[in-house]
Parts: sequence; C-alpha cells; structure tokens
Amino acid sequence: MAQLSREDLLKLANLARLDLSEAEISEFAAEISEILSYVEKLSSVDTGDLTPTNQVSGLINVSREDEVLDYGYEPLDLLKNVPEVEDNQLRVKRMIG
Amino acid sequence: MSIWDDIATIADGVNQSRTSALSNVEKSLKLIKANQDYSAIISILEEPAIERAHKIDELVKTKKNAGRLAGVPFIAKDNFLVFGPDTTAASNILKGFNAPYQATAIEKLESEGAICVAKANLDAFAHGASTENSDFFVTKNPQDNTRVPGGSSGGSAAAVALEMAPFALGTDTGGSIRQPASFSGCIGYKPSYGLVSRSGVIAMASSTDVIGPLTNSVKDAALVLDIIAGKDPLDSTTIERQADYFDLGKDSTTKKVGLINEYMGDGLDEEVKACIESSIDKLKANGYEIVDISIPDIELALATYYIICPAEISSNLARYDGQRFGYSYDQAETIDDSYKKSRGLGFGKEAKRRIIIGTYVLSSGYYDAYYKQAQIVRTKLINEFNDAFSKVDFLIGPVAPTSAFKIGENTANPLKMYLCDIMTVAANMVGIPAISIPANKGKGLPIGLQLMANSKKDKELLSLASSVEAVLS
Repeated sequence: MAQLSREDLLKLANLARLDLSEAEISEFAAEISEILSYVEKLSSVDTGDLTPTNQVSGLINVSREDEVLDYGYEPLDLLKNVPEVEDNQLRVKRMIG
Repeated sequence: MSIWDDIATIADGVNQSRTSALSNVEKSLKLIKANQDYSAIISILEEPAIERAHKIDELVKTKKNAGRLAGVPFIAKDNFLVFGPDTTAASNILKGFNAPYQATAIEKLESEGAICVAKANLDAFAHGASTENSDFFVTKNPQDNTRVPGGSSGGSAAAVALEMAPFALGTDTGGSIRQPASFSGCIGYKPSYGLVSRSGVIAMASSTDVIGPLTNSVKDAALVLDIIAGKDPLDSTTIERQADYFDLGKDSTTKKVGLINEYMGDGLDEEVKACIESSIDKLKANGYEIVDISIPDIELALATYYIICPAEISSNLARYDGQRFGYSYDQAETIDDSYKKSRGLGFGKEAKRRIIIGTYVLSSGYYDAYYKQAQIVRTKLINEFNDAFSKVDFLIGPVAPTSAFKIGENTANPLKMYLCDIMTVAANMVGIPAISIPANKGKGLPIGLQLMANSKKDKELLSLASSVEAVLS
C-alpha cells in the first residue's frame, strides 16, 4: 500500500511547482495515501495483451493547412489578462539564480 | 405548472412577436434575483443581456426571424469563456480573468439568438460532486436547502430546476452534468466524446471532458444539442455529427434495453433502488424490453478515472503559473518562486490534491504501475461495453448511489466524495452518451434514472429518453 511521506509530498509539490502549507502536507499525506490505496486495485486486474487507450474520439492524425488564420483579435486583446506586458510580450521574474 | 414554455415555443413566440426577447430576459433576471438564497449564480450579465435582447427584438421587427433560440435566456457554468464578467471556474486563481474570446458553444447559441444571462457556480475547475469545492460559496439543493445540489455543474442544475432560465450549459468529465441533474431534479445530457466543441471551455481532463445541456425536458436538451454539436476547426478533437438531433421519432419501444446488474447491488441506497426498480416496472408495462446485463469490471471505472483524471488535471492546470493570466504573487523574486507561490496561494485544496495525485501517477517509477495500467484497464472497459452493446441497444441504471446528501456530510473524506461518481464515470471513460432523467418527480428528494447508448448514437439515445420521460411523468 502506498504511504506518502512528508518527503514524498515535498518532492511532488516541487515537481508540480506548487507550494503547500504545513497543514496541507499532513492532511494530504493521509488522504492521498488512502486514495492511492483505492486505485491500486487496478494492479491485480488481468489485462492479458490489451494495449492502452489514450483517447476515445476515434480520430487519427487531425491536420489542417499550415497557414495563418485571422480571427480578428489584436495581440493586446489576447494579452489583457497577463500580469506584466512589455512590447507585446510577457514579462516574467528573474530566471537564473 | 412550468414557468417557461419549451424552448422552441419560446423562440417561436419571439420570432412571431407574441412575446419579446426583452420580456424573457427580464423574467429570467427576476427569477435569478428571487432565488439568490440558493447561491447558484456567480455573476449576472444584466446589462449585456438586456442590450442583446433589444438587438434581437429589433432584428425581429426588420427581418422577422432571429434564430431557433431567438430571445431564449440561458445560464452558462462559469468555466465557459463568455464576454462580460470575469470567467472564474469558481477558483481564486482565475479571479480577475476576463475572457478575450468566447467558447464556440456560446458563439453557436448566440448565433441562433440565445442570450446568456448569468454564470453558474461549480466546484472549482469542475473538481467535485457537490459544489462544496467552489472557492467562493456552496450552492444549495433546490428541493432542500440543507443539502448539496450535486456537482460539479451544481449551479447550472439548481438554476434550471428553479427555472431561472429555460436551460443551462454544464461540463461532464466524470458525471458533472448527470449527477447534479439527478440530485437537483432536471434533465442532464452528456453527449458522445468529441460531439461538442470544447474551444473556450476551461479544460479539466481532456480525454473525458464533454459539454452538454441541463434542461427541464428531453426535447429542450435535444434542441440545444442540435445547435451546439458538430466539428469545429478550433477543437481538433471534435467528431462528425448526426444530421438532426431535434426530430426524434418514436420507435424506441422496439429496442432492447439492458439493466446494468453491477449498479443494482451493494452500495445502492434502498430508496434509490426502489425508485429505479419501479421505473423499470413502469417501462416494462409500457412495452419496453428490459433485460439484465452484466458489465463485469464496470466498478473498476472509478479507480481508472481517479488515475487518468488527476494525471490530465496536473497537466492541464500547469498553465496557471502566475505568468499568463489569473492570480500572480507579486512579491516573488525569481520565476520559480513566482510559480510556486502563485499556484500555492491561488489554487484551492481539491485542485492541489488532484495536481499532487496526477504528478505522482505520472512520475518516473510509478507511470507504468498507475497511469499505463489505468489506460489498459480503460481498454478492457471499452471492450466490455462493446460486448454489452452487441446484446442490447441501450443501458439503463441509476445515476448515483444516493440522492442529495447533506452539506458538509462528505467534505472531510475526499475518497468518499470520489465514490459519488461511481455510476457516472464509466460513460466518460468509454466516451459514450448518457442522460439523467428525473424518475420520481414531485416525490421527495429527486432521483435520476440513467440511460446510455453506444458512442455516436446520441440521436437514438435522445429518442429513447424522450419516450421514457413520457412514461415516467
């Protein structure tokens, strides 16, 4: 049975770039372990030589012409929700240490 | 006595100038305000709705026809991008997000003259079965305000059951249209996977997300589907539609319907069981051929779902990073710090829980044991459903193991909340259409009857549902 430790949770939270509070860490350790134990029932299912299903639309290789389509939007309309914009570009915080 | 005529009649009234779009919108806004105590609505589009109503009434004066939904008010779940108020998905991280374009479904409805009057509450990002995971407030059940309306489209279902508008839009990833329809007492339709464009709808789990209507009759659901279904260049997962979903015909009593054995056993509330059994008896008495059928591993759909769904959520919610839209922590010094703080402070507990589960099942060392195994079991489920549909034309059963539960009853135990989806998730994993129909109208807490058909047989399913609805009411 999967039992997530505090270290496991911190590692997962870092992979997901998600700060968790101390309260959330202890709550999730118990709850998520319980949920994982439930879904682990799949490990004992006999699946023979079945292959995985990725999607159920029945569509294969949907493509279109590689051309620019005009939907009538100005760049600034589409950037209106961005916290910081400079010269029609997103401005982000410092990336290197 | 219903407050609204059926949708086609309302539109006809506007087109024939017997009524006006404005009077419909005013009536809807009045009902929305009168029912504020149910907390079904996040935002009201009063000004834009009145403005659109005037335009439609003007159009009717000059052109005589303003579309098949002329002047019909509707409510959209707040994970649909709609111009006007912010689109929040009931999450704090999207507070202040204002749609720069509209969902294709909204564009299609508007092009037929429909008017969006309000945005409905949901579990944040559609994660939940009760609306208790909304970051803002809990919606109350229209029949009993101490109980939940179901979820995640709980605001949409409550709004329709309270007749605030003739229809609402919802999304169904694991049951989020059908289960609240069952709890609140209205029709909830989940189309075949890919039938309705998801462009402009906030993604949850992309391999199962679908869009559908909540209404007070099957006929209305069929009309709305007829308008929103079909291929969309903006959503490459959309499939070919059938020619017509509205003209339903009447031949369904000749079809064979399979009662899913596995849904009628342990874990099904006695009252729900009695209601479903009495509905089956009524249908049999009216000439329907209903046989028992087994889908042996159907119960595994829930475990499969709670691996695949959080995996896809952890990927889809990666875009809420504090850089492009939504909440951004402004004291961060580095981009990494900005990601972690913006997401940590912006997401609610259930979104975080699912992101962590998804990250776990996709991480190196666990991927094969969890995610890949779930995808293989998904194939097994698809095969079992195909086998069932080689023996019967439709499937029938309950929507949920219980009727609406008390507010707060399941919030302390997330796994117990997940179990609410046990009878709805299979249709999502397999991609087939399914509908919830009220089975005990006017008799206590609502209970829904679920009907399913094979993939892309939406018209056949709606046709059956329409005749079943007539027998049950």
